[in-house]
Amino acid sequence: MTLTTEALLLSVAMASAAGLVGAFAVMRRMALASDALSHVALPGIGLALAFRFHPLLGALAALCLGALLIWSLEHHTRISTETIIGVVFSTALAIGSMMATGEELLDALLGAPGALSRAEAGFGIAAAFGIAAFVLTQKERLVVALVSADLARTSGVRVARLELLFLLAFALTIGLGLRYLGVLLMGSLIIIPAATAKHVARSLDGMLGISVVLAIASTVSGEVLASRLHRSSGPVIIVVAAALFFASLLLRRGR
Amino acid sequence: MAVATANALEVDHLDVQFGEKCVLTDLSFCVPSGSALAIIGPNGAGKTVLFQALIGALPYHGSVRWRPGTRLGYVPQKLGIERDLPLTGVDFLRAKAAITRAPRADVDRMLSLVGLSPASARDPIGTLSGGQFQRLLLAFALLARPNVLLFDEPTAGVDQPGEERLYETIHRLQLEQGLTLLLISHELTIVYRYASAVLCLGRGRPCFGPPDEVLTPEVMAQAYGAPVRFHRHDAHD
Repeated sequence: MTLTTEALLLSVAMASAAGLVGAFAVMRRMALASDALSHVALPGIGLALAFRFHPLLGALAALCLGALLIWSLEHHTRISTETIIGVVFSTALAIGSMMATGEELLDALLGAPGALSRAEAGFGIAAAFGIAAFVLTQKERLVVALVSADLARTSGVRVARLELLFLLAFALTIGLGLRYLGVLLMGSLIIIPAATAKHVARSLDGMLGISVVLAIASTVSGEVLASRLHRSSGPVIIVVAAALFFASLLLRRGR
Repeated sequence: MAVATANALEVDHLDVQFGEKCVLTDLSFCVPSGSALAIIGPNGAGKTVLFQALIGALPYHGSVRWRPGTRLGYVPQKLGIERDLPLTGVDFLRAKAAITRAPRADVDRMLSLVGLSPASARDPIGTLSGGQFQRLLLAFALLARPNVLLFDEPTAGVDQPGEERLYETIHRLQLEQGLTLLLISHELTIVYRYASAVLCLGRGRPCFGPPDEVLTPEVMAQAYGAPVRFHRHDAHD
């Protein structure tokens, strides 16, 4: 399999969005939540397969509903986020696996690139730009809110709305990567490069820059490596990202 | 001395509940513009909860009315920051400057005002000492020209000379810029020195009035449930 220009552009756009969203997800200590949220796509994919519409649409709808659900449970109940994740997302995984079967399920979990239509690549690139624009224009609000919601509030930030928009951006980012990485691995592309960046960076711009560069580097080199090794690209991308993470641990120890 | 003509804040019949537990019940008070209100009381009396209701972070019954055009500066009680959060003091202050459209040059001005060195301001905020971090929070609160400052034990973790310097700075700013100050503090000596009114939360009914009337051994003993010793400064009036 060789990389077409469209596929390469889409990978770079998707990885940039994942790096930016991931930087804030990691700083907000949402690493586990992100993994769990990605599982919510599964029932949507199952429904799409059952009713014969595009699986990505089903996944996106389920992800957005999942984001709304976390947000409203967090804001309107006193249940801890961990409990919400434990209950809601395992349920999503269970429902999803009941609705999809065998190979379909494996594709949904691990991704299946196949042929990429122009429309799909165009939609993906546009969505990635939208996500990146959201994070970059809201980074100051996001950063103050992650240090303290009260400080953000008294600085004029509408915290609840910002949190909802961030969760939706997060959900959309997962949706972008489903095709390549699948439900199980897309959460990792958001989290691992950002976790590596957090080890290395000492300022906000450093964190965002390093996270994006590592996400792009892992995706592109993972794809090239996968095509040489005749493996599917998703797992190779995550192995490259994880190798960089462990290398950063050594680097930090050596400092 | 200028007489305050309007109230910066009016609170009427404020109730805050957590489930079945009433944390604040039927609380009413007002804060004239340019004055300093100290909020005192034992742990668990609801002082921080009151601040959170005032800034709209908690649901409540009753009414909280800020004067139109109020810009808040808030210094919360100690925040737990991860040591390896890749965010410098300058990043943090610039973020507020960007949100509130304050000039970037104000960031340096505030840093020198609170006495935080430029080198410390370029360190990740999780690596700052307790005192340095409180100064950073003070600089954050003072950015964007607030006209009301809310301080929740602003000098927790600050050494004593540092604490006095910080209070002097706050007091000077308050006088120079006519700021209204709401201050939660356990330091009754400081309260006596700087507050123009005191709200005491604790056992029994809340008590509100000038320091001379509220900071009496009898009122304190009733609110705290035990005798409280503090040093009265007659320089107050």
